[in-house]
Amino acid sequence: MTPGRGFEERAVREEEVLDRIDEYRRRARTLLREERITMAHGAGGKATHTLVEALFLEAFRNPLLEPMEDQAVFALAGNRLAMTTDSFVVSPLFFPGGNIGDLAVNGTVNDLAVSGARPLYLTAGFILEEGFATADLQRIAASMARAAAAAGVQIVTGDTKVVERGKADGCFISTSGIGVFERDVKLGAPEVRAGDAILVSGPIGDHGITIMLARGELELVSDITSDTAPLHGLVDALFGATKAVHAMRDATRGGVATVLNEIAAAAGVVMVVDESAVPVRDEVRGACEILGIDPLYAACEGRLVAFVNGEAAESALRAMQAHPLGEGAAIIGTVLAAPRGLVLLKTQFGGTRIVDMLVGDPLPRIC
Amino acid sequence: MRFVDEFRDRKIARELGVQIARLARPDRAYRFMEVCGGHTHTIYKHGIEDYLPPNITLVHGPGCPVCVIPMGRVDDAIFIARQPGVILTCFGDMMRVPGGCGSFLDASAAGADIRMVYSPLDALKIAQRNPERRVVFFAIGFETTAPSTALTLLKAAQDGVDNFSVFCNHVTIVPAIKAILDSPDLRLDGFLGPGHVSAVIGCRPYQFIAEHFQRPVVVAGFEPLDILESVRLLLEQIEQGRCEVENQYTRVVPWEGNPKALAVIRETMELRPYFEWRGLGFISQSALKLREPFSRLDAERIFRLPGVRVADPKACQCGEVLKGVLKPWECKVFGTACTPETPIGTCMVSSEGACAAYYNYGRFHRESVAEAVR
Repeated sequence: MTPGRGFEERAVREEEVLDRIDEYRRRARTLLREERITMAHGAGGKATHTLVEALFLEAFRNPLLEPMEDQAVFALAGNRLAMTTDSFVVSPLFFPGGNIGDLAVNGTVNDLAVSGARPLYLTAGFILEEGFATADLQRIAASMARAAAAAGVQIVTGDTKVVERGKADGCFISTSGIGVFERDVKLGAPEVRAGDAILVSGPIGDHGITIMLARGELELVSDITSDTAPLHGLVDALFGATKAVHAMRDATRGGVATVLNEIAAAAGVVMVVDESAVPVRDEVRGACEILGIDPLYAACEGRLVAFVNGEAAESALRAMQAHPLGEGAAIIGTVLAAPRGLVLLKTQFGGTRIVDMLVGDPLPRIC
Repeated sequence: MRFVDEFRDRKIARELGVQIARLARPDRAYRFMEVCGGHTHTIYKHGIEDYLPPNITLVHGPGCPVCVIPMGRVDDAIFIARQPGVILTCFGDMMRVPGGCGSFLDASAAGADIRMVYSPLDALKIAQRNPERRVVFFAIGFETTAPSTALTLLKAAQDGVDNFSVFCNHVTIVPAIKAILDSPDLRLDGFLGPGHVSAVIGCRPYQFIAEHFQRPVVVAGFEPLDILESVRLLLEQIEQGRCEVENQYTRVVPWEGNPKALAVIRETMELRPYFEWRGLGFISQSALKLREPFSRLDAERIFRLPGVRVADPKACQCGEVLKGVLKPWECKVFGTACTPETPIGTCMVSSEGACAAYYNYGRFHRESVAEAVR
């Protein structure tokens, strides 16, 4: 016998089944069945998508919202602007490599930067729990100011609310941001096409694993730190090398796998990823092995995934690697036409499998 | 990365694939059951079936503890969680398991205090930190996790923690394997033995499979190369006309098991006369309960549980999947009514469940992607 491929004999039936799964995956997301919000609705996986699409998109539907990108892009008084919003409920508030403050600023800056816009102004809303230490709030505000200065943005308006003890967890931050397009680019999932290369800007999963360990429930010790960082400079470097960028996302909650799935579904393409090309730090891999987490789903707060015309991939990669925040950048896969909507993985071991959207397992609050 | 990469080496995998192909006779089919859900997970996650010739089928067994929990026990646990002052603690993969009236996740959304822990000792710590609350640990698992529950019970008794109890759902693997071997609708050619269970119970308990049922057993590790090597060892036994219990996972599994772990289980728990397994029905002497001296820590005695038996949904064919009669995707509701977000059967819940593993990791559409992969 030749060493073979598991299911070939029953290929016909299996494909029927794959079609069925495929069809269900597309359909299920718009059906909200739960009577109450569960933690799964906040995990960034399928349940989150179902909630957003079935409830919020239905309620607010408009052409700017419908593309379901991380920011809305619109023209105003002759300028093209990008607008975004984000909320932060990370626990613990302070963690190796950052705190909720710089996380909030960087997260908002990144949602603007990956659209191709230059981030300009941010807002910050604080929901504080009665009894929260003012010294901690001072530290948070100071790091927000530093992060804003580093990203070249200003926090121009804000709001403060205090709730009774037990009604919040220390400090929650809600932000919004506005950026302006200074270059003539149109990025977004629909621009991604077969032949594109998939790049990530550095090792993945640092933030997610840092938070898991910082919670101290696992009694694992490591010196990994969060990768929280503003990505506008890296985006500039990338555009300096090539105009053939089709889409970018920062891989936050749900990790790189979620970004790939969202874009595969929205663009009607298939992503083929080579697991051995995906950069992951040894410490992160080790923690993931112990915790049973796939690093592809682990959150980053300073990494972007870029879809670049295959021919420009090498120059895009070199440009990223030349930037301090892109030193560990890598080409991790390619975009193909079919079977659309799926993310496929060539495993490090030499096998093949699908990488699906995360099913909402209750994960700790990571952002 | 050390201790990981050496067990995932492509070159060795290819060599093993060639050896396996050489050993497998082209004129017959082989059906090997991997008993343990951890194996099922590894097989799908790494795409191990891509290394096997088409006449070797890996059949997924009953060794996923979450998958075999009957719905009634989930309902009982939710009943406990709803009692005043209770904090129910459990492992993460229990959260989405559907009972007759929703899952822990739903119960938690409806107001019950249900918390995920990584170890029963963490549950005990929660009890010590919250003396005014009653903390219940939902204990689940085969002999793999039973020792940690046992140690926690001993520690709770020793420290005199009186607001802690255990809702014991521990099951034992051997009766389940026997039930499968007794089932008439299944033809198997060998077993990949559960590695981590065997680290506790050793290899001897499987000897009846080789001696009485004439099926070879290879106790297998959980890395991809472990699985391939174990398949090769099974084929070698068949080819050489041997029928034995072999231990591939020698780096973890001692032949005699772990006497200390067995001793603490024996000290704290005893066999129940019978226990219901999801999809498999009642199996005698297949589960553990707390011994009399630990009754103060036994949630089944502290709370008056409804103990209602909930029939599995009719459409669900988890039983057939657990026995390996059906491949996950052959189930009527697989991928349509039953998905990881809205599971009907338990096999769709745990990452070790055959259906969830298959659904999440799936396979490629061969033709269309074959070129891409190359």
